[in-house]
Amino acid sequence: MRHFEEGLNELKSTLVGMAGLAEEQVRKAVRALVERSLDLAQEVVDGDDAIDELEVQVDEMAIRLLALQQPMARDLRFITMAMKIGNDLERVGDHAENIADAVQYMISAAPFPVLPEVEEMVRMATDMLTDALDAFVRGDAAMAREVLKRDDRVDELHDNNFRILLTHMMEDPRKITAGMDLLLVSGNLERIADLATNVSEDVVYLVEGRSIKHHAESGGPGKAHGS
Amino acid sequence: MAKSKFEPTGAIELEARNLSVLYDSTPAVKSISIRIPDRRVVAFIGPSGCGKSTLLRCFNRMNDLVPGARVEGEALFQGTNLYGPEVDPVDVRRRIGMVFQKPNPFPKSIYDNVAFGPRINGFNGNMDELVEQSLRKAALWDEVKDRLNASALALSGGQQQRLCIARALAVEPEVLLMDEPASALDPIATQKIEDLIYQLKQDYTVVIVTHNMQQAARVSDYTAFLYMGELVEYGETNRLFTNPVEERTEAYITGRFG
Repeated sequence: MRHFEEGLNELKSTLVGMAGLAEEQVRKAVRALVERSLDLAQEVVDGDDAIDELEVQVDEMAIRLLALQQPMARDLRFITMAMKIGNDLERVGDHAENIADAVQYMISAAPFPVLPEVEEMVRMATDMLTDALDAFVRGDAAMAREVLKRDDRVDELHDNNFRILLTHMMEDPRKITAGMDLLLVSGNLERIADLATNVSEDVVYLVEGRSIKHHAESGGPGKAHGS
Repeated sequence: MAKSKFEPTGAIELEARNLSVLYDSTPAVKSISIRIPDRRVVAFIGPSGCGKSTLLRCFNRMNDLVPGARVEGEALFQGTNLYGPEVDPVDVRRRIGMVFQKPNPFPKSIYDNVAFGPRINGFNGNMDELVEQSLRKAALWDEVKDRLNASALALSGGQQQRLCIARALAVEPEVLLMDEPASALDPIATQKIEDLIYQLKQDYTVVIVTHNMQQAARVSDYTAFLYMGELVEYGETNRLFTNPVEERTEAYITGRFG
């Protein structure tokens, strides 16, 4: 195997490892919420540093490959998208940590049932993230496109949560602390779904060489990056 | 033939129509059709022996000088077939200048190198002015203005190459063909040549053959990838290097060839 391909494979496996970690952090944060577990929430908070460190590693590897190998075509797209996806995954990790923080507050407040809408959001956002990362690993643009379609539903759920939680809080001010925290959780899940969307758009660019960001796709043929 | 036919916009300066070149009976260029727009830089890339230099040389009839070479099809300059019976190859080479891989200044003074072409063409204007203007266009004037009578051979390789460009520009051509113009130069001299190419396209159409893909990416507006005498892909440089259409192009530019 060529030296350059070894570098590409190393970058890919680091990113895949980072993706696994980010996914695990989100699932763990959600479990902390459902199980009202302070320990799990603390694990999530402690686990974020590892993701941050991997983001730095991904950037360093990518910059080294760009500087030393002058990659072209798909290799160039892969390396630039790896940097962006690494950045998105780091943000996913931050949102997981935010959820864990919110859980820690909620546990100390009066118990508050987790809304079914939040549970659906959890399922959708984590699935979107998993599928986006699978699409990246497999280089599957169709799968990435499929992820994009689900984002609207997550946004809708978040809007619903806002209304429902606001009603609860207005009815009973004792629910404000837990209600606000749950709203924070909902907001972070909504952002995780957005980041899964970003990753999916980057996967489409990686595979097909054309940008579908900002609904470029619905308005006709996508414009190639940078042209 | 390229599956993805690319048509550049704007006036077309050079065009090949089903152009083939055979050395004895071995085809080096196989029925290539390509259009080169006016005042743009077009790069020909491809592995050694792919036909890129041969194709380039058709555009100023340099292949006429190769024994056993035969050209079929058409090579047009501003719509006129360069191989038509009424066409004078010497006139073609004045209007379509060429710069080679190895700088080849005459063993004369810097001044005489630049003045050589205009003199034999019977130029009777202000020669000092023409020499200065040509050296300025080739970004060499400031480095040589105080020693125009010094031997051209005393210049560095990079300066000699720019002198050859000045010499080509002195006869006021419309097109400049460059065959690996920077491959014998160090990175600083290479950068000067590349900057120069970028400036020259304001006034000239430039076609450059290069082995250096990064160089093609840096200097050209359009890139053509040739392989085994065929035009595999031709398109905007930016698109070709980020998202080529043809698998063979992708394989070549990512270094996964063969």
